[in-house]
Amino acid sequence: MENKRNFLAGLYASMYKIRRFEQEAVKLFHNKELPGWLHSYIGEEAVAVGVCASLNRDDYITSTHRGHGHCIAKGADLKRMMAELYGKETGYCKGKGGSMHIADFSIGILGANGIVGGGIPIATGTALASQYLEDGRVTVCFFGDGASNQGGFHESLNLASLWKLPVVYVCENNLYAETTPQADHQPIRDIADRAKSYNMPGVIIDGNDVLAVYEETNKAVERARAGRGPTLVECKTYRYRGHWEGDPEVYRTKEEVKEWKKRDPLKKFKKYLLENDIIQSKEISFVEKKIEDEIKDAVKYAQASPPPRPESALEDLYVEQGG
Amino acid sequence: MREITFREAIREALDEALRSDAKVFLMGEDIGPLGGAFTVTKGLFDKYGRKRVRNTPISEVAIVGAATGAAMAGLRPITEIMFCDFLPLAGDQIINQAAKMRYMFGGQVKVPLTIRTILGAGLSAAAHHSQSNEALFMHTPGLKLVIPSTPYDAKGLLKTAILDDNPVIYFEHRCLYDSKGPVPENSYSISFGRADVKKEGRDVTLIATAEMVIKSLSVAEELEQEGISVEVIDPRTLNPLDMETIYESVKKTGRVLIVHEAVLTCGPGAEIAARISEEAFDYLDAPVKRLATKDVPIPMAPVLEDFVIPQKEDIKIAIKSLRNF
Repeated sequence: MENKRNFLAGLYASMYKIRRFEQEAVKLFHNKELPGWLHSYIGEEAVAVGVCASLNRDDYITSTHRGHGHCIAKGADLKRMMAELYGKETGYCKGKGGSMHIADFSIGILGANGIVGGGIPIATGTALASQYLEDGRVTVCFFGDGASNQGGFHESLNLASLWKLPVVYVCENNLYAETTPQADHQPIRDIADRAKSYNMPGVIIDGNDVLAVYEETNKAVERARAGRGPTLVECKTYRYRGHWEGDPEVYRTKEEVKEWKKRDPLKKFKKYLLENDIIQSKEISFVEKKIEDEIKDAVKYAQASPPPRPESALEDLYVEQGG
Repeated sequence: MREITFREAIREALDEALRSDAKVFLMGEDIGPLGGAFTVTKGLFDKYGRKRVRNTPISEVAIVGAATGAAMAGLRPITEIMFCDFLPLAGDQIINQAAKMRYMFGGQVKVPLTIRTILGAGLSAAAHHSQSNEALFMHTPGLKLVIPSTPYDAKGLLKTAILDDNPVIYFEHRCLYDSKGPVPENSYSISFGRADVKKEGRDVTLIATAEMVIKSLSVAEELEQEGISVEVIDPRTLNPLDMETIYESVKKTGRVLIVHEAVLTCGPGAEIAARISEEAFDYLDAPVKRLATKDVPIPMAPVLEDFVIPQKEDIKIAIKSLRNF
C-alpha cells in the first residue's frame, strides 16, 4: 500500500515538474532570455508520465520537437535541460542542440528530434538492437498525430511488427499537426486503427488520465518485453499553448481551449488523489514547493553557467579514429 | 599474390567482419539467399543465418533509420542500398539523423553505421539506376565517404568503414564488380584520408574516382607511348579528402585534370579544383580542368549514355590540351 502511494505521488510530482518547467520556460522565452524556439508540452503531461512510469532506467525513448515532458518523465536533470535551453556549455548538448535536441544517453533518452516522425525509424532500430543483444530493454517511441502521416511511420511499424521488435509506438494525438486540424490532414479519427494493417494491437487511451495511460501502456511495454512485438498506442490529448510560442492560433477557438482545460490532467489526478485519501493536501503542497525550488535552482544554474567557447562549434562532429 | 574480383574482395571484408565481431550484421533488400542485386553478399546468409544477414522490406527509410538506431545502441550495422539513386529515399535518416546525431547531442553518442551502395552508369539502366550522387553527401558534414576503384582498396577500405565509429557511405561502382586484382588473404585495413598514387608521372596530374580510375590508367599508359607522362591519383575517400597528396603532385606537374562520373556542377571535382586554386595556385601552369558527366540525368540508349559520360578519348583530349596549354 505504501509502495502504491509513493508510486502515485511520484506520478503527480513528475507531472507537476513538467508543468512548472514548461511554464517557466515559456516565461523566460517571452522575456527573451532563451534563444531559439520553444514548443510547450503543457496539457499533455499525463502521456509522458503515464508511459515512462512503466519503463526502467535503461529502457529507451525517442522524443519529438515537443520533447521536454518526455525527458523530464524519463528522469532528465532539470539543470542541464534548462542550461541547454539557454545555450550554455553545461547544457545536455553543450549548447549545440537546444530545446529540440535534448538527449541523455545515460538514461536512454535518445534525443528529441526536429524532424516530425524522424525518431520513429530510430526507435525501431534501438528495439532491433535490444532483440539482437537480448538485453531485455524496451523502446518507447513518442510522436504526434502529424507524424503518423510520414512514410517512415509506415515503414517502421511494418518492419517492427514483421520482426516482432520490443517497441511501443505512442502517438500523442493532440488534434493538430502543427496548425492543421486532424480532419484536414487524415481521413480517420483514430490513429490506432492503423495498427490493424500492421497486424499489431492498437489501443486508444484518454491521454489526460495518467492512470489510464499507465495501465494501458504498461501492458504494451510488458508485451514488448516478453518478445510478443510492438503495439500502437494512441493517447488523445491536447496542448494548451500554440504549436510554437508565438503561434497566432488561427486554427482553433478560445472556447475549445477552455473546454479542454476542464479536463486538465493535473487537476484531474490531484482530485483523484485527494478524494481517495491517497495523499493529503499538505503533502501535495510540500511536493509542489520542492519542485518550485528545483526549478528555481535550474534557472539559476543555467543563468550562471558560461556560454560555450565559440570554437567548440567545430567539436563533436566525428568520433576521432586512428585512421 | 592471388587475384580476386572487386565483388569477392567486398564479400571477403564482410565475411571477416561478421566472423570477428558478433555486433556486425547486414541488412538490405534481397541480400539474403540471392546475395543482393549484384550477388555481393552471396553465401553469407547460408553461413551466418537470418539474424546476421537480414532481408528487409523495400523500405529505405526503415532500413537506414533502424540501422542508425541499432548503431546508437551499440551494434555495427552494414546496410545495402541497392542503388545510390535510392539513397534520397532515406535522405532524412542519412542527412538529418545519422550525420547530425553526434554533433547536435554534443558528442554524447556514436553512430558506427556503414551504408554500402551501388553507383555508376554503363549498363543502360537509365536515370533511376545509374547515378553517381556522392557529391550530395560531401555537402553533409558528419558523414565519411568511400569510393574504391580496385579490389585491394575495396577490401581494406570496407574493413576500415566497418571499424569506424562514424556513419560511412561506401560507394561501389557496378562496372568494377568483375574486375580482378591482387588482394591479400589475411585481414588488413586502409586508413581513410590517404589518396593513392596509382601511377606516377611528371607532366599532368589526373585525379579520378571509381571506374574513372581504371579508364584514366588505361589512357595514361597509352599516352606514355606518345611521351606524355601522367600521374594518376585516386583519393579513395572523399571525406576525409587527402589534399596533401594532390598538392604534392601539383607542385611537380603544374597541370591538373579531374575526372569523375558524377555530373559536373558541384561534383567532387568542383571542391578539389577550388582547394587547389586556393592552396596551390602558384604552382599551376594551366587552369584546373574538370571532365565529368554532362549535367543531365543518365539516359538509357547506349549511344546517349556514352555521350554524356566521360570516355577514354575525352580523357586523352583533355590531357593533351592541358599539356599544350
